[in-house]
Amino acid sequence: MIPFSDRVCSAATATSPSRLALRSALAVACAWPAAPAAAELHRHRLDNGMEILVKEDHRAPVVASMLWYRAGSMDEVNGSTGVAHVLEHMMFRGTRTLAPGELSKTVARAGGRDNASTGRDYTIYFQQLHRSQLPLAMRLEADRMANLMLTEAEFARELRVVMEERRLRTEDQPRSLLYETFFATAYQAHPYRTPIIGWMRDLENMTLADAHTWYRAWYAPNNAALVVVGDVHAADVFAEAQRWFGAIAPRALPERKAQSEAPQRGLRRAVVNAPAELPYLLMGWHVPALRDLERDWEPYALWVLAAALDGSDASRLTRDLVRERRLAVSAGAGYDPVNRGPGLFVVSATPAAGHSVEALEAALRAQIAAIAEHGITAEELERTRVQAVAAQVYGRDSMLGQARQIGRLHNAGLPPDGAAMQVRRLQEVTVQQVQAVARKYFADDNLTVGTLWPQPLAAAVRAGASDVPLREHH
Amino acid sequence: MLAAAAFALAAPAALGGPPIQHWQTASGARVYFVESRNLPILDVSVQFPAGSSRDTPATSGLAGLTLRMLRFGAQGLTEEQISLRLADVGAQLAPSFDYDRAGYALRTLSGAAQREQALATLAAVLQRPGFPAAVLEREKARVIAGLREADLKPDAIGAREFARLVYAGHPYGLRESGEPRTVAQLTREDLAAFHARFFAAPYAVVAMIGDLERREAEAIAERLVAGLPKGSGPLAPLPQVPRLDAPVQRVIVHPAAQAHLYLGAPGVRRVDPDYFPLLVGNYILGGGGFNSRFSEQVRQKRGLSYSVYSRLAPYEQDGAFTIALQTRRDQAGEALRVVRETFADFVANGPSAEELEGARQHIVGAFPLRLDSNREILEHLAVIGFYRLPLDWLERYPQSVAAVTAAQVRDAFQRRISSERLAVVVVGAPSDASAIPP
Repeated sequence: MIPFSDRVCSAATATSPSRLALRSALAVACAWPAAPAAAELHRHRLDNGMEILVKEDHRAPVVASMLWYRAGSMDEVNGSTGVAHVLEHMMFRGTRTLAPGELSKTVARAGGRDNASTGRDYTIYFQQLHRSQLPLAMRLEADRMANLMLTEAEFARELRVVMEERRLRTEDQPRSLLYETFFATAYQAHPYRTPIIGWMRDLENMTLADAHTWYRAWYAPNNAALVVVGDVHAADVFAEAQRWFGAIAPRALPERKAQSEAPQRGLRRAVVNAPAELPYLLMGWHVPALRDLERDWEPYALWVLAAALDGSDASRLTRDLVRERRLAVSAGAGYDPVNRGPGLFVVSATPAAGHSVEALEAALRAQIAAIAEHGITAEELERTRVQAVAAQVYGRDSMLGQARQIGRLHNAGLPPDGAAMQVRRLQEVTVQQVQAVARKYFADDNLTVGTLWPQPLAAAVRAGASDVPLREHH
Repeated sequence: MLAAAAFALAAPAALGGPPIQHWQTASGARVYFVESRNLPILDVSVQFPAGSSRDTPATSGLAGLTLRMLRFGAQGLTEEQISLRLADVGAQLAPSFDYDRAGYALRTLSGAAQREQALATLAAVLQRPGFPAAVLEREKARVIAGLREADLKPDAIGAREFARLVYAGHPYGLRESGEPRTVAQLTREDLAAFHARFFAAPYAVVAMIGDLERREAEAIAERLVAGLPKGSGPLAPLPQVPRLDAPVQRVIVHPAAQAHLYLGAPGVRRVDPDYFPLLVGNYILGGGGFNSRFSEQVRQKRGLSYSVYSRLAPYEQDGAFTIALQTRRDQAGEALRVVRETFADFVANGPSAEELEGARQHIVGAFPLRLDSNREILEHLAVIGFYRLPLDWLERYPQSVAAVTAAQVRDAFQRRISSERLAVVVVGAPSDASAIPP
């Protein structure tokens, strides 16, 4: 613990290119712990409803450009799960003017990198390029927002690719199988219960028409936000965005049915038997997500609770269960307050050889019960504050990371410049508040437990056992 | 239009790398420093020639376990005290480990009080490890649990077998984390001796980037290496990696829904006259994501795989050139055929002019993206330092890429990575073996 009086301000001379950045550096060094001064977020909305969000970062002559569609797996329906992600793949397979694969080739030749990702709440498409190539990125995004060309042949091939992805990430990954079953158990009604990649049967039954319907439903400028972080000037970015996206007409979006999960009224258990060496345990409790950055306090208290359990190697789960008692080879806790849907507080752990899953489950429950009863210490609270401030500073070393942070907030309906407020509010959490949420949300009636039970592979397939060498040429 | 002009004005010019300052400490450690003031962050890495290539078949896992144990107790500091001291100032400590290099990277806020505590902790961890016996038993158990878990997974099984075959007895062929049997036998005396031998000041490479002045950086480097072992003279160089003189193939039976395939051969090293031709060729063949031949033939044209790629692994000695993919298990034969044909065609005929131009444009044009964060620059410094690359390596890189010709690419692949002599591993169905052509 560093007493306040020992904090020394670094007396750096102002030789950096950006005096604003240096002042914020001094602000952090001298006023500890304080939220660091952040570059301003510039906002503009086109007439067609598309949001443009720009954060200037002049540390390097590059730009990260990220297009957020507010549509993800939570917007899917039974029978068509996975379509958001399939359409994400199809967005690279040709427009009216670009051949399949040509978009990525064009970005690559322009010295850029590109990729995309589908989540529960969103689908994002992003590029990193030299700042002079931002217009190119916008041209390509506008083209596929308005002119995607879906063909049966490309669709059939890409669907096979998606099935391979599901095999790679889920079918052959026992812990992923557990996560999938766990979410489908914790959520009975809310679409967070379905996997982002989709159930395999839904993929097998998916048609080009499904993908086209999804595209027409959600890929409209009024459902999109472009986040740009880098060595640009906001006014130029707004003008360029108007140039490329301005003519795309908005569309009425499908009605989004309000979906909620009824309060859980009893403990739920899910089991997956799959090849593994050790069992794996997941425990989840339904908790609030962040809806009002300034007025909500429980999400911040829950974040501090997660940090007290697993913010670092010094936190309780690793300290007590892995290091001291050796019940677990690893243990963690996670809670993400920024969601369009409901929140889930998840604890995970792997028992050490010779220790039972039951004992580990009991130990994890006891960890939370201890905080419910006694609270966390002032030192632990201070440590989580330090962490929150440091993480925010370190985050500024990544343009893509900053773009992601802005985009996630905006996508969840929160102020996109809310990161600084989040850090401030985190530092206002008290030990009493942490104790209060630990008491309120962690009863068994609110708990889902998922267990992976190891099944042995046949002895013959274990590495080092009798291989089947065929056609060896020596 | 004004807006377009605003972007067009900033056309990419020849990009210099960041200015790298270099010196040696009194005890012979090499230091590489970039002053970067626009974030209140300091990133430091300290590396040693203590990677898994220092293991033997009997001691496989010793290097990795030694590195891992450093943060779990230093003389005068328990593991809990170490983790608290870092957490209290928001510092992050991360191990880095491969065949050649072992070390720690520290990220800390640059305010004097925070960085003092973080750096003091790093120094203790590097210089005075305790290797407490009880903690060692616990960590051995954790490592072994991870290895036994990996031994069930088709990708880990395949990668392990591929390394064994492609490196044919060279230390690079040992699994980085070791084997359950060999890790179980390691003692704290083994670890202490390993540390004393390899974590020595004259072998250390210190890289730093951040909110610091040169004289502060000098002081930090001195402190970090001050209490390190003295070392006992220059280390013997690693043996060369033998060429594969004949193709070798193995099928390992596994019930997974996907077959996992690995193909390849040695390889390329960090300091290598064929480095840039192989780099450019690999980009075209399978390193360039969607824009590569393997992606086009295996994924885009046939839908056989989600992830198909090729990779170079330049180390002190020849690291393996590896082609990897996964596919539904009954498609293994077809996938293997397509990969072999694509590779053979490339080696025989080289890249097209269009492919070469695309590769040059991308690698040169995207170069600024490798320099846009302190974290990335730190890793460049570490590589430049460890492998004794010239300080202007980053400046010269784009020029070297731009100078590569199609003939050089073809020639380099034919000499170094022949399609006739590959190690091939398939993890999947035994029946697939009959579909696998010789």
